[in-house]
Amino acid sequence: MILAILKRLLMLVPVLIGITVISFLLLQIMPGDPASRAMGTRASAEELQAMRELWGLDKPIWVQYLYFLRDCLTGSFGVSIFHKKPIIDLVAERLPFTLAIVGYSTVIALVIALPFAILAAANRGRMLDNLIRQIFVVVIAMPPFWLCYVLIIWLALRMGWFSTGGIGDGFVANLGRLFLPSLVVGLSTAALVQQSLRAALIDTMKADYIDTARAKGLRGHEVFLRHVLPNSLISTISIIGVRVSWIIGGTVVVEKIFSVPGLGSLLIDAIVSRDLPVIRGLTVFFAIMVVIVNLITDICYALADPRVRLE
Amino acid sequence: MSLLSIRDLVTEFESPSGTARAVDGVSFDVAPGEIFGIVGESGCGKSATCRSILRLFGGAPARIAGGRILLDGAGDLAAMRERELAQVRGRDVAFIFQDPLTALNPTMRIGRQIGEVIRRHRDVTRAEARDAALQLLRDVHVTSPERRLDAYPHELSGGLRQRVVIAMALALRPRLIIADEPTTALDVTVQDQILRLLKERCDSLGTSIILITHDLGVVSQICDRMAVMYAGRVVETGAVREVLDAPSHPYTRALLAALPGQVGRDSELVPIGGAPPSLIDPPPGCRFAPRCVFAQPQCRIGAPPALRARAGAGEGHLDACILNEVCHAAA
Repeated sequence: MILAILKRLLMLVPVLIGITVISFLLLQIMPGDPASRAMGTRASAEELQAMRELWGLDKPIWVQYLYFLRDCLTGSFGVSIFHKKPIIDLVAERLPFTLAIVGYSTVIALVIALPFAILAAANRGRMLDNLIRQIFVVVIAMPPFWLCYVLIIWLALRMGWFSTGGIGDGFVANLGRLFLPSLVVGLSTAALVQQSLRAALIDTMKADYIDTARAKGLRGHEVFLRHVLPNSLISTISIIGVRVSWIIGGTVVVEKIFSVPGLGSLLIDAIVSRDLPVIRGLTVFFAIMVVIVNLITDICYALADPRVRLE
Repeated sequence: MSLLSIRDLVTEFESPSGTARAVDGVSFDVAPGEIFGIVGESGCGKSATCRSILRLFGGAPARIAGGRILLDGAGDLAAMRERELAQVRGRDVAFIFQDPLTALNPTMRIGRQIGEVIRRHRDVTRAEARDAALQLLRDVHVTSPERRLDAYPHELSGGLRQRVVIAMALALRPRLIIADEPTTALDVTVQDQILRLLKERCDSLGTSIILITHDLGVVSQICDRMAVMYAGRVVETGAVREVLDAPSHPYTRALLAALPGQVGRDSELVPIGGAPPSLIDPPPGCRFAPRCVFAQPQCRIGAPPALRARAGAGEGHLDACILNEVCHAAA
């Protein structure tokens, strides 16, 4: 198991080299001069030139790439032009909030999806099943930015149950502060999990070993909790894995609306201010996260299903 | 006194094209310690009959629409509520499914799957259930049983898996085991071993078996009595020797004639022409009449004929054909 994990980590090296090359080249094509952005419009030509030299922007492309690769290897991922700080420090400040939304929204998603998936599977083909399906189709179809404002207006402003945004001090305060953004992200996850889990439950309930379990005299809830649910949840693992790697870099809109200083808003700010090193560093960082999340997903899968081997 | 007595059982399956009577008025008895075979082609209702006994329909929209399933000392299983029936399952009546690969939970260790049935009906600790499971694996001649307890089903061969399933079925020494084609999914070389094991274990425990199969050879080898089913009904029943040596229903005869390699027969196979009738809207009269070479006009009217004893037939040998021997011989 550990050997297989090490092997998988080793396989990351060529993948990451590819990612650094692509993210570096893509940003070379992007219009806009980072030096003039950083100095403002009133900077003289000499000042701009000095700035370019300082940041290494006057060097040949391949030298710039090697600088970038060095920054990635030393772990700093480069230095922000705008913040004048190593990118890894910026990431470290914001990663906790993003990870909090990832974890929180996944918990919310499971709490919502599990009962509705079970309810729908138990009543498959009937009115209730259809009703639940329709509701989750609507949930998937709702644009997140719109849902954010509906929740702010309704639950935060009118009912006053939650704050309209920002972050709090300490775990408990953030549990309340991050609830609405996590709910918006979690609802989409819930819809995906509900659909796939419902299908998996219906499939598993038809399996021969469920009849075997019932033939032993096990009662309905014992059959369900020991045999149906564990085997059905296996397929949910991969869905959550895909969602988590998406959420890490993909909650820009939600983070912006709720003023959560996560990685998504860091990326948007960097793009707006042409903070090239940050964009580049974040791209590589996101790629690493996706690969790590995939590895964790595969490990969970192998742990949950003895037939699956980690190779 | 019979252990199980099924009377006029009717089981219906809902399908998009209508309600199918998979089992339509089936009656038979199983005596204690007896091995009772049920044969018939696919879709004749032999599986549905047996699944009705424990009401295990694999999530299919099926229901028992009539009749009684009397288990000695337990009452009418067909009238029981799910909760009461769950007490009977595994303890009095156990089930062995066709495919041992799919009959075991892929994510649960063997030892726990066997222990589960013991812990459900007996007040024992986890460790005691594990010890019992170990002994059960020894009883069904599983090699290195200690190691198998912690194995997952996919780590075992098909034959071993079926041994595990048999161990599970025998765990509480039930009075009746229903085996639904227990060897069909296995290699030919293993089939015989598994059947002999099943018979040996049940003989030593005094357990009755209902064996569903389409293999008449298996029936003649290990069964005491048998029933032949066609289109949801029993068409002939009796002692195995009687039915196979002196079949009296045209369908049983056709079935035997269609069998390859029968001793004392010429090697020519005679297939049964046509296909079984629809169970949603069956034809009137005898269900086999449309395919029967002896069929007369009176075979195709009225209710399906009931089982009756023929003059000169052995005790308990019944068939459901209204024609007499003269008609059978004439054709």
